[in-house]
Amino acid sequence: MIILEGLTKSFGAHRVLDGVTLDVPDGQNTVIIGGSGVGKSVTLKCIMGLIEPDEGRVRVDGEVVQELSRDELTELRGRIGYVFQFAALFDSMTVAENIALGLARRGYDRAAIADRVEESLAVVELSGTEDKYPAELSGGMRKRVGIARAVALKPRYILYDEPTTGLDPITSAVMDQLMVRTRDLGVTGLVVTHDMRSAFCVGDRIAMLHEGRIRQVGTRAEIQATVDPVVRQFIEGRP
Amino acid sequence: MASRVHARDGFVAHVGRTTLETARALADVRTWSPLLVAQMRRLGVDSVPIALFIAVFTGIVLSLLSSYIFTGAVPFYFVGALVGKTVMMELGPVLTGMALAGRVGASIAAELGTMKVTEQVDALETLAYNPRAYLVVPRVLAATLMFPVITAFAMAVGVTSGWITSVNLLDLSTPEFFKGLRLFYRFKDIWFGLVKSASFGAAVALMGCVRGLDAKSGAEGVGQSTTRAVVLGCEAILVLDAFWALVLL
Ligand SMILES: Nc1ncnc2c1ncn2[C@@H]1O[C@H](COP(=O)(O)OP(=O)(O)OP(=O)(O)O)[C@@H](O)[C@H]1O
Ligand SMILES: [Mg+2]
Repeated sequence: MIILEGLTKSFGAHRVLDGVTLDVPDGQNTVIIGGSGVGKSVTLKCIMGLIEPDEGRVRVDGEVVQELSRDELTELRGRIGYVFQFAALFDSMTVAENIALGLARRGYDRAAIADRVEESLAVVELSGTEDKYPAELSGGMRKRVGIARAVALKPRYILYDEPTTGLDPITSAVMDQLMVRTRDLGVTGLVVTHDMRSAFCVGDRIAMLHEGRIRQVGTRAEIQATVDPVVRQFIEGRP
Repeated sequence: MASRVHARDGFVAHVGRTTLETARALADVRTWSPLLVAQMRRLGVDSVPIALFIAVFTGIVLSLLSSYIFTGAVPFYFVGALVGKTVMMELGPVLTGMALAGRVGASIAAELGTMKVTEQVDALETLAYNPRAYLVVPRVLAATLMFPVITAFAMAVGVTSGWITSVNLLDLSTPEFFKGLRLFYRFKDIWFGLVKSASFGAAVALMGCVRGLDAKSGAEGVGQSTTRAVVLGCEAILVLDAFWALVLL
């Protein structure tokens, strides 16, 4: 279980997070929706320990991320997969090497790594791209390699930062299916998106981040039936 | 002014912290050892031509210069002594170091800076790698090991070019040149130069890494880090040069 407790974060005078509190229950996909620049990516990075919040803390399996030593943090990160908004592939490595890197760290042998690479590329429908370099791929393909890189590790938790933006509707539906299937395998997902179709498809629970705080959190049905004008406006996409 | 001095203090502390963390990351042998050889090879290929080019011209200039200084004052074979001593103890290590600060420091800063701003460094962290062990240690170690190798080549080439110049352009015979070369030669001259160059390698690579890893986003940010890495690398070389002269001579 991941628990965010009162996270605040400012960059200079700009207060991005202003007390974000949220539970991410095990075995479900929790979706965070919210406008551009409200701090969704910053929130995910706080969970992974990539950004240090000014106040508040994140608990993962009872451990407080902000209080861990370097080694403990490394160990914790072994349980979490992270899909970057802009893929963040290693551009000096091939697709296969990108996916293999995290697996090698976990001590798999060569054959197991090759199998896992092939399997996870098949899942994101990119079989045959093993030897390509990221620069040779389209933006959407890169993003899917990023997803494959996280899924290949079979972690307990996966944090997806906008997994479907920039994908065509069909591929994006495939990614939605992938996230649902991954959840069915027992992986807890935290998905950041502003694609409402995707949010309603994969989200067991949906939370809206607005002005640095969680405006509303509830089940899919609760959010679909919300009376909060801010949330309504967002999910209906009214100007 | 006060704030600049303060920023400078902050930077020194920052470099100190990075050095410590890098030293700690040395324990993670499993991560950096497979990457070391590739870094050494790349550094060598990148640097040998420029280092040798500089050494050739240093040798030529030194022999001409010393003949100008010594004519009528001291025995002419002192040319050999001056060329040898200066190339081995000072100009070989320092000029090679400066040239490599440009090439190696800049390429490390640009590479790590790009990785930083495209979140590849964060991605390494999420895959449970320590970027200090994966990126910094192999580069700093490779530079520490390779700078002396390249400097040794530069010393040999510098002395050789000084000798060829003396024999062809000055009225000096080969035996006279080598008589001068041997006259004041001590084994310390060579290891002093090589120890210095190892420390220059460590400093140049470390500055490249530190600047690269704090690159601010955008192509401009990476450009700035690259320039700063080169300037800092050269400054570090000069400071270390004085330090070793104080400590070892
Ligand atoms: N490293 C940083 N330095 C300075 N400001 C930052 C940094 N990271 C994020 N910000 C600021 O924090 C705010 C939130 O950024 P964030 O990337 O979390 O937005 P987001 O909700 O993910 O938006 P989007 O949907 O467009 O990705 C932005 O205003 C951004 O400028
Ligand atoms: Mg974002």
